[in-house]
Amino acid sequence: MRLLEYQGKELFDKYGIRIPKAILVTKLQEAEEAAAKLGYPVVLKAQLTVGGRGKAGAILKCKTATDVEINFNQLISKEIKGELPRGILVEELANIEKELYLSLFLDRTKRCYSLIVSADGGVDIEKVGKKVIIDLPLDGLSDLAAEEIARKIGLSSNTAVSFIDFSTKLSELVKGEEAELAEVNPLAVLHDGSIMALDAKVIIDNNALFRHPDLKKYEQISQLEMQAEKNGFSLVELNGNIAIIGNGAGLVMSTLDMVSDAGGNAGCFLDFGGRATTETIYEALKVISEIKKINIIFVNLFGGIVRTNLVAQAILDAYQHNLIDTPLFARISGAESDKAKEMLRGTKAKLYDTVEDAIIGLSQTISIMKEK
Amino acid sequence: MTISDFDIFGLLIGKENDSDYLKKPVIIQGITGSYGSTHTRLMKAYGTNIVAGVTPGKGGQNYEGIPIYANVSDAVRATEARISGIFVPAPYFLDAAKDALDNGIKILVAIPEHVPIKDAIRVTEYAKSKKAIMIGPNTPGLIVPDIIKIGIMPAQPFKAGKTIVFSRSGTLMYEVSFNLTRSGYGQKLCLGIGGDPINGINLIEAFELIRSSNDVESVVVVGEIGGDSEEQLAEYLIRTKFSKPVVAYIAGRAAPKERTMGHAGAIVYGNYGSAESKISMYSKANVPVARTPKEIPELISQKVR
Repeated sequence: MRLLEYQGKELFDKYGIRIPKAILVTKLQEAEEAAAKLGYPVVLKAQLTVGGRGKAGAILKCKTATDVEINFNQLISKEIKGELPRGILVEELANIEKELYLSLFLDRTKRCYSLIVSADGGVDIEKVGKKVIIDLPLDGLSDLAAEEIARKIGLSSNTAVSFIDFSTKLSELVKGEEAELAEVNPLAVLHDGSIMALDAKVIIDNNALFRHPDLKKYEQISQLEMQAEKNGFSLVELNGNIAIIGNGAGLVMSTLDMVSDAGGNAGCFLDFGGRATTETIYEALKVISEIKKINIIFVNLFGGIVRTNLVAQAILDAYQHNLIDTPLFARISGAESDKAKEMLRGTKAKLYDTVEDAIIGLSQTISIMKEK
Repeated sequence: MTISDFDIFGLLIGKENDSDYLKKPVIIQGITGSYGSTHTRLMKAYGTNIVAGVTPGKGGQNYEGIPIYANVSDAVRATEARISGIFVPAPYFLDAAKDALDNGIKILVAIPEHVPIKDAIRVTEYAKSKKAIMIGPNTPGLIVPDIIKIGIMPAQPFKAGKTIVFSRSGTLMYEVSFNLTRSGYGQKLCLGIGGDPINGINLIEAFELIRSSNDVESVVVVGEIGGDSEEQLAEYLIRTKFSKPVVAYIAGRAAPKERTMGHAGAIVYGNYGSAESKISMYSKANVPVARTPKEIPELISQKVR
């Protein structure tokens, strides 16, 4: 779960990490009041989960109330990489002497947390050369290790003290909240030499949420995704018109690749997990039926233990209850597939024994639709 | 212990003069849950020698004739099992895994999905200290066709042979094995690495496990977007001059960035974790990447002559 900046900063504050004074707003009037309260100049920051906000123009400085009005109106309705902001953070402008970069992240290969610190913060962190990387034990960053890093990147003595305080607290946050990532870019050294976190990118381990009920309030999933989750499905909404359903994330991804190779545009990805019963397929079709742009359904079920007539029954029920009215292509291998085909005769569903054949069926329909 | 010294086939199959050759005892933790009980029945039907179950609070009972113990210590004392399949829900996984490792289990097959990262790291480290391995979490398990299966995979796609399949995805492992079997390539071992960000045995270690095995004709790696395990593997294959033919598949080429595609580990940030990055590293290691599961046997036939 990727937190928004203001949410990440709420956690920073909880752990005593210094952040600029800021107020979250959603209306122009609130923005003006917030700016007046904080005192000019201020920065308006669109709350988005996408990266590269600075470059994309989602962070704007304001010297006057007029600036606030112009910039607020511009930001609040501006879609960036397909995402609309969920609020604007009005923040005091810090007195920056120097920018650092710091990231505490999960190294999957080493299976431990690693810390990267660079003496040059900034927009393109990938391109920065001079950096210190260390691996951390599960107990987190020690004062001693933090001191060593401060020395390596050449921080002056009072900045080093502030850095040790900051980095060990961030490590406590990662440990305490079970984050996969906590990245601060930029991490500012102020005129007085002290350290302040100007941004916060935090990703929480979803699987650990059961130990952190207070973080649940940050979950931002659509109504539909929530409905899917209740059934134990994973659903990802996409931009196209073809729903892709299957049992197993890898299989559904593989199907998505094949559908797009065939010229299709996926409208959603739905993995209903291991249990292919009449009920789960029916529930999956019910979720799909809520997505208006879907006009083709593609099902890829790897059988073995799948009873194909149960799947056919679910599809038949979905047509009969007017849940779906779209063409449906299904690859269903498993026992009694002839019987399943017979059950669906006369409907808009076509069953195939192999995914390759199902894709051929789909691409014919796609080209007919394109001709229309 | 270096992982290449770990005798996985010795533990799973044994030696011909072992009294339990081809019948290595296996315990199931969480045997009374709906998932655990269903699959215990299926594994037993396949021929896996399931000798005990573990469910705290249900010691002394039995499930279809399989005795249930309250903890692993009692189960191992009674059966001398070195292999455990864990089917408990994710919140109980850490305790169950520790119990297994503390009592002599050497192969831990971790089926549950949604295990927190911190717990997966803890168990991985703990397994290492006990000279054991964890497969998973979030794995379908492993199967040595016609001999032993510990996991939730259906039996039909698999057939004994000389190909090894390592997979980050469950159903894709079945799909790929099914395609292999159909084309006459049986399998020596099919093992699910797990769909989570942390794998008890990662791809490189999986390769280390079979590096010196005889009778391996080729290795198929079924990967997906997210992380850099394929990139690391490619580098390993080059660095160590891995000699057996390797063919790969990567799911998720068409997936959007920054979206978790079903598996917690399947997410692309920028170029990190992207299919392009993986395919380009594989090409440096001379590993052909199939565009569909069906292409895999064709690519093997080009490599194995």
